[in-house]
Amino acid sequence: MSRTTSLPKRIKIHFMFFPAILSDSTTVLEFQFSCSIPAPLHSENDYFGVCSEPVIKDNVVVVYEVLEEMLDNGFPLATESNILKELIKPPTILRTVVNTITGSTNVGDQLPTGQLSVVPWRRTGVKYTNNEAYFDVIEEIDAIIDKSGSTITAEIQGVIDACVKLTGMPDLTLSFMNPRLLDDVSFHPCVRFKRWESERILSFIPPDGNFRLLSYHVSAQNLVAIPVYVKHNISFRDSSSLGRFEITVGPKQTMGKTIEGVTVTSQMPKGVLNMNLTPSQGTHTFDPVTKMLSWDVGKINPQKLPSLKGTMSLQAGASKPDENPTINLQFKIQQLAISGLKVNRLDMYGEKYKPFKGIKYMTKAGKFQVRT
Amino acid sequence: MTDSKYFTTTKKGEIFELKAELNSDKKEKKKEAVKKVIASMTVGKDVSALFPDVVNCMQTDNLELKKLVYLYLMNYAKSQPDMAIMAVNTFVKDCEDPNPLIRALAVRTMGCIRVDKITEYLCEPLRKCLKDEDPYVRKTAAVCVAKLHDINAQLVEDQGFLDTLKDLISDSNPMVVANAVAALSEIAESHPSSNLLDLNPQSINKLLTALNECTEWGQIFILDCLANYTPKDDREAQSICERVTPRLSHANSAVVLSAVKVLMKFMEMLSKDLDYYGTLLKKLAPPLVTLLSAEPELQYVALRNINLIVQKRPEILKHEMKVFFVKYNDPIYVKLEKLDIMIRLASQANIAQVLAELKEYATEVDVDFVRKAVRAIGRCAIKVEQSAERCVSTLLDLIQTKVNYVVQEAIVVIKDIFRKYPNKYESVIATLCENLDSLDEPEARAAMIWIVGEYAERIDNADELLESFLEGFHDESTQVQLQLLTAIVKLFLKKPTETQELVQQVLSLATQDSDNPDLRDRGYIYWRLLSTDPVAAKEVVLAEKPLISEETDLIEPTLLDELICYIGTLASVYHKPPMSGPPLATSSVQMGAVDLLGGGLDSLIGGTNFVAPPTAAVPANLGAPIGSGLNDLFDLTSGVGTLSGSYVAPKAVWLPAMKAKGLEISGTFTRQVGSISMDLQLTNKALQVMTDFAIQFNRNSFGLAPAAPLQVHAPLSPNQTVEISLPLSTVGSVMKMEPLNNLQVAVKNNIDVFYFSTLYPLHILFVEDGKMDRQMFLATWKDIPNENEAQFQIRDCPLNAEAASSKLQSSNIFTVAKRNVEGQDMLYQSLKLTNGIWVLAELRIQPGNPSCTLSLKCRAPEVSQHVYQAYETILKN
Repeated sequence: MSRTTSLPKRIKIHFMFFPAILSDSTTVLEFQFSCSIPAPLHSENDYFGVCSEPVIKDNVVVVYEVLEEMLDNGFPLATESNILKELIKPPTILRTVVNTITGSTNVGDQLPTGQLSVVPWRRTGVKYTNNEAYFDVIEEIDAIIDKSGSTITAEIQGVIDACVKLTGMPDLTLSFMNPRLLDDVSFHPCVRFKRWESERILSFIPPDGNFRLLSYHVSAQNLVAIPVYVKHNISFRDSSSLGRFEITVGPKQTMGKTIEGVTVTSQMPKGVLNMNLTPSQGTHTFDPVTKMLSWDVGKINPQKLPSLKGTMSLQAGASKPDENPTINLQFKIQQLAISGLKVNRLDMYGEKYKPFKGIKYMTKAGKFQVRT
Repeated sequence: MTDSKYFTTTKKGEIFELKAELNSDKKEKKKEAVKKVIASMTVGKDVSALFPDVVNCMQTDNLELKKLVYLYLMNYAKSQPDMAIMAVNTFVKDCEDPNPLIRALAVRTMGCIRVDKITEYLCEPLRKCLKDEDPYVRKTAAVCVAKLHDINAQLVEDQGFLDTLKDLISDSNPMVVANAVAALSEIAESHPSSNLLDLNPQSINKLLTALNECTEWGQIFILDCLANYTPKDDREAQSICERVTPRLSHANSAVVLSAVKVLMKFMEMLSKDLDYYGTLLKKLAPPLVTLLSAEPELQYVALRNINLIVQKRPEILKHEMKVFFVKYNDPIYVKLEKLDIMIRLASQANIAQVLAELKEYATEVDVDFVRKAVRAIGRCAIKVEQSAERCVSTLLDLIQTKVNYVVQEAIVVIKDIFRKYPNKYESVIATLCENLDSLDEPEARAAMIWIVGEYAERIDNADELLESFLEGFHDESTQVQLQLLTAIVKLFLKKPTETQELVQQVLSLATQDSDNPDLRDRGYIYWRLLSTDPVAAKEVVLAEKPLISEETDLIEPTLLDELICYIGTLASVYHKPPMSGPPLATSSVQMGAVDLLGGGLDSLIGGTNFVAPPTAAVPANLGAPIGSGLNDLFDLTSGVGTLSGSYVAPKAVWLPAMKAKGLEISGTFTRQVGSISMDLQLTNKALQVMTDFAIQFNRNSFGLAPAAPLQVHAPLSPNQTVEISLPLSTVGSVMKMEPLNNLQVAVKNNIDVFYFSTLYPLHILFVEDGKMDRQMFLATWKDIPNENEAQFQIRDCPLNAEAASSKLQSSNIFTVAKRNVEGQDMLYQSLKLTNGIWVLAELRIQPGNPSCTLSLKCRAPEVSQHVYQAYETILKN
């Protein structure tokens, strides 16, 4: 990060290439910062929706203005998108038209109230006609399953993302049925840490709009249920130039929920020339150049398990490949947090109205790998 | 209606058009034009010609336009300094604008204009902004001080901005505190001597309060600053730790790592029996694990830091082995780092799991990674003794796969296992020999040849095997050739009868047909050995080898401690302390600064003591007290000059006035940054003026000689004193003196020639590159015969190992290694004299016991006595 101010030309589509003076400055800080820069620029409801070269060209002035607020002399300052939006208003078609007519600008000429207050993440004077607070509990399960189907490691990365549109200065508390699950958590700065330490209740004045309330990590093996299994039979026969390939996917511990959006991908060894496979459902492709097999399965019907069978043609004369392909799985389960985390209740203090509340759960595969 | 249109104009005459638009009366048109200018500037076109026109637009109440003009100014002010002055007035005016946003914007931009002429005008507005009522302006102004310091450090100091900045640490607004800390830290980095961040318990308390309230980035500045503080006792350390711990749950990984750094550092001060110590250990694990769920780049940084933490305190993550298991689609740099940490965490309890994983990795696609995994199995075997057998059988399994690179790598690591556990696993040699033909990499071939040579007596056809390698001798790489030579010589020494021909063949290949000097020399040495004394040859070539240990790939403890202080910075990723540039200067000069104070004070006292008598003796002379005052000043400056030098003894009278017709000489020896000098103080106590000074040394043990003539610029009038630093060299003629450090000096002036002799402390001869590497130290220590060892007691020296080590280091006695044996700290140290004599030392310090034991080993034992005296002087002062 430098004192150079003509930053916009250094933006490459999604990623920031900072003219970084990496002398002795804090590396993590830089990485973390460069990860958080694009966030306000392209996340939904923030400045541009997507952050691409044309978009940056279109909004070069706004990008510059935002960046200028974000760092000074190489020190990161404000990265909260709420604050930034108050300082520099996001461009909308309406505002552009108005600006052209009236000659006003995107730059707020008032100092944002939140920036220096005790709750820097929330602006004052928020007003909504419909007051609503939605929380999404999203869990990603990372796992490595060995050849025989037993779990080598499994861990859950969970987040609670919130969309809070409430008038005034609401003070929320969120409690869980089983807070003991959460022993490794990172909070949004708004969460009162002391209260969590003593009562295991999340108490906070929320920022306005979208934010990540909390992220957590469940790694104790016995707490991590594995929702799917893969049966596989892959054999490269030594002499013949044909190998056999067969995989079946089925549900395991899903607590009665359907597994959707299943995709299976696998990097086949170099010796595999082509594959001749038939899926019982969904579609599959094999790219003979990259040797990437991918099978879009869709939903798993527990009565009729999806399978993919067939033969592989191998390089004639070559010896059996040294390595075994690893199977990578993607899937989604709606209305389930696989760790079993459940929100007990959400209460609001400090304001009189009754808000709409909603909690949604979802489980996804993160890096879910099955070794063969 | 988007900004992209500004990028599209490429017509000629564009500049003129823009100029016209900039001077237009219509506000809207003006703004459009400025935007176009900025767009051209952004893509690298030179629009500096428009400078006056753009600056004219500065006087506007439109904030957006103002920002753009400021942006333009920052870019071009440097190339047009004269015109930039035109903008000064507007800045000054904007700094008093009622809108705090504009005041802050002005002060921020000002700092970015790196033009000397302008900076001077900006001091007044900056001073006002630092005391502004609005915290937003104050925090921006704080950063501006750092910017200004970078442009003109002297100006900032003269204007007293540093003190104002220090005051801001006590500001009521946490963001202002954070920015002040950030600015001070940056300034301190480039000016290490300035003591800017002198923290005391009160300021620490303020920082800790601000820590809870400021933004994530501010927290990082404050935490990094806290890490530089040394608590006065364990209770203070604990209370700071307690207040920092909540930061571990922060979502920003930079905050987490900075907090980890503070905790890791302060934990040093906590007693391990404390309950709190255990709690803290438990609290540190989860956040570190969580860091691994970030993006791969962040993961890598986290892993490099965890690698350090694991080496320092393995207990933190000992139960978390599984999070380091490799996912097949991790980027390779993450994989390798995880692998390294897995080995560091491997213990008897989890070795089965680790081995199963490593075996799995050995069948992956990525060849580099597979190799590292195989190597890791070997490292496990060396690290966890109980598992060696299991590791060897895993390696054998892998050899059975016949995958070429796996086999080769396995053979390389089995060689290491043999080195660690001799005479234990030789049964596997047969299996290894089966794969001889498939080895095509030099390292594997060399390893295999080494095995064959080392165990020649157990391999029936060792001669045939080696002979087969010999056929293509000239096509092999040097590594293999050298190994083959050694192996055949070993074979010959073990089975002399059958292999005479073979050894002659290899010796002639190595000495006559090879043009590689290493190979040729080694060949000649063997040849000579074998022909003159075969028994001695056997002792040399077949000597017992020291066992290798896991420690070889650990980071050296002192370096590790240093790196722990750099957690979260680039140094922790490279695992190298910041060597070049300001950071290095910081550390060395700070060390010097400690020493500097001591030396300065000492010489100050010495000076007054010495000057006092004449004052008393000649009370009527008013010049003397002033003279003595000046002396003090001089002494102080000479003290200040002693940056990062070794210990300097106070000046002593070498030649009393009565022996030299009124000339009194006192002096001392100093060594700084590689040069030795003799600091002399000449006082004229006679009634006549002295001139024409010259100095000469007699021949002496270390060839000390004046490197320059003695320069006394003005005649020395009665009761006057001069201070002279005479640089010395060690290239003069040598004669052994008794005692060894005796120096005979002749000084001449217009009155007469005077002789005196003095003893110099040996440590002025200790050179800066006297640090031996560990291996070398071990070998040399063993090599020097025991009768050369001398032992001394140093009494009344209540220093701990660290303090002693750093004290000695500043006098070029280097600590090579440190260990703790039965509660005693053993420091292994090395030093080198100017004439190349190495002295090795073992300093044994028993906590609580004021005397310590010094054992010295040196090939020239006569210096030991003097080295001991040097130790004593350094440690006691």
